[in-house]
Amino acid sequence: MDLINIRNVQKQYKTGVVAIYDMNLSIKKGEFVFVIGSTGCGKSTLIKMLYREEKPTNGKILVGGIDVAKLRNSRVFKLRRQIGVVFQNYRLLERLTVYENVAFALEIFGAPKYEIHQKVIKVLDLVGLKNRAKNYPNQLSGGEQQRVAIARAIVNGPKLLICDEPTGNLDEETSAEIMEVIEEINKLGTTIIMVTHDRNIVEKAKKRVILLDAGRILKDYEKGTYINESI
Amino acid sequence: MKVFRILARNIRDAFRSVFRNFSLSMASISSITITLLVVAISIILSYNVNNFGVLVEKDITIVAFIENDATEEDILKIEQQINKLANVESYEFESKEEISKEMMESSEVLSKIMEDWTLDDNPLQNTFLVKVSDIEKIGETANKIKDMDNIALVKYGEDMVEQLVKGFKVVEKISIIIVISLILVTAFLISNTIKITIFSRKTEIGIMRLVGASNINIKIPFILEGLFLGILGSILPIVGITYGYVALYNNFEGELFFSPFIKLIKPIPFIYYVSGILISIGILVGMFGSWRAVKKHLKV
Repeated sequence: MDLINIRNVQKQYKTGVVAIYDMNLSIKKGEFVFVIGSTGCGKSTLIKMLYREEKPTNGKILVGGIDVAKLRNSRVFKLRRQIGVVFQNYRLLERLTVYENVAFALEIFGAPKYEIHQKVIKVLDLVGLKNRAKNYPNQLSGGEQQRVAIARAIVNGPKLLICDEPTGNLDEETSAEIMEVIEEINKLGTTIIMVTHDRNIVEKAKKRVILLDAGRILKDYEKGTYINESI
Repeated sequence: MKVFRILARNIRDAFRSVFRNFSLSMASISSITITLLVVAISIILSYNVNNFGVLVEKDITIVAFIENDATEEDILKIEQQINKLANVESYEFESKEEISKEMMESSEVLSKIMEDWTLDDNPLQNTFLVKVSDIEKIGETANKIKDMDNIALVKYGEDMVEQLVKGFKVVEKISIIIVISLILVTAFLISNTIKITIFSRKTEIGIMRLVGASNINIKIPFILEGLFLGILGSILPIVGITYGYVALYNNFEGELFFSPFIKLIKPIPFIYYVSGILISIGILVGMFGSWRAVKKHLKV
């Protein structure tokens, strides 16, 4: 079953720039998909449309049964609760502790305290930060901050985890650790879409890879068939 | 249960963010404090000025002089007629003996002159002192009394009274306009300060949206935060005017300047009302400012 279904999607910004041309794409539940391509190829626009930071100009985008293009502004939260998003710059709340940052994503549902506690401790354990719960983000390293961001993104059990250059600010070793965490999450059943510049990571992971170029899908490599052909 | 949990968390978050963003909170709180102080002072001033007007108006009396050849029966008839007039709040009969006694008491010179007046050659006249309920219709009432039988003369300081009444109406209107425009300026200032402080938390709002907070989820803690800021900001002005006004009142023993007519309003319950007005302005403006600021960031 398709978790994401993109049909004839076009995106033109108000400035007139066309970021995506007539795109068709479907991603199945539980898949791990890399989106790669040079700067300005439309990969950011593509994933922004998935969590409705941007709206497509034409076409249809279904994410977990929700028609994203038709979603009203006041209803966006319904979609966001099914999706976790991780960014290059972590986007943590600086004034909240690690625990509070993660718990925050559950509190807005009105979950009971013991349930929040259980879930938060469980994800912090999963990302390996159980003992940093009381620290503030600025007391953590970049890799640790990214783990907090991942923990926050998955704490309410989303169907889809979107990662926008999650290793962009991290060194090779830390990147590998983050990749381990993300792959672990994928094994637990969450669909992953990850945008990256780092071809080494893509090569090592041996997953499905979508190569974009100038707003179009240039190539869609099946799982494990990606070879780093420099273009 | 769920609703209560969410509300309780919103209140906690609002508290938390007041204290964890303390420097920004202080900016909002001090802007509320300063503007509310100005509002407080202007409210106190305008109420007192209007109160002077009321006091002076209350003191204005129509004096009706009765002909000296009027019999006691005639006087009784006049009294009945005055009693029937709609605009009369109270009236009092003062005989010429009483008046002469009063005059003699008031000055030594007069007392020397009037000493040997007998009941018969007392040139003064019996009078009725009439107070009206509606000062603007005082002329009408005075004319009605004048038209009665056996009334020699009616005096109420015509020109002075009319000018005074007009003057106080103008003062009243001006002070209301000043207070209202001050409140509006306050609302604008405070809501702008809060808007700026919230602007610095744009990312926070973005993150809240990202993890699936609905717009109401996001607004409520900010609005509650505005409420707390409003309360915190109005504490100092309230304490200030309470102590300040009581001290002022006690210092002058309620009488300002030279005149016993011009009295300050009694501090209790007056300062309670003013405090109530201040805290309401603080809360409303704080909440309004936050709401306006957050709303702007929710249009994505």
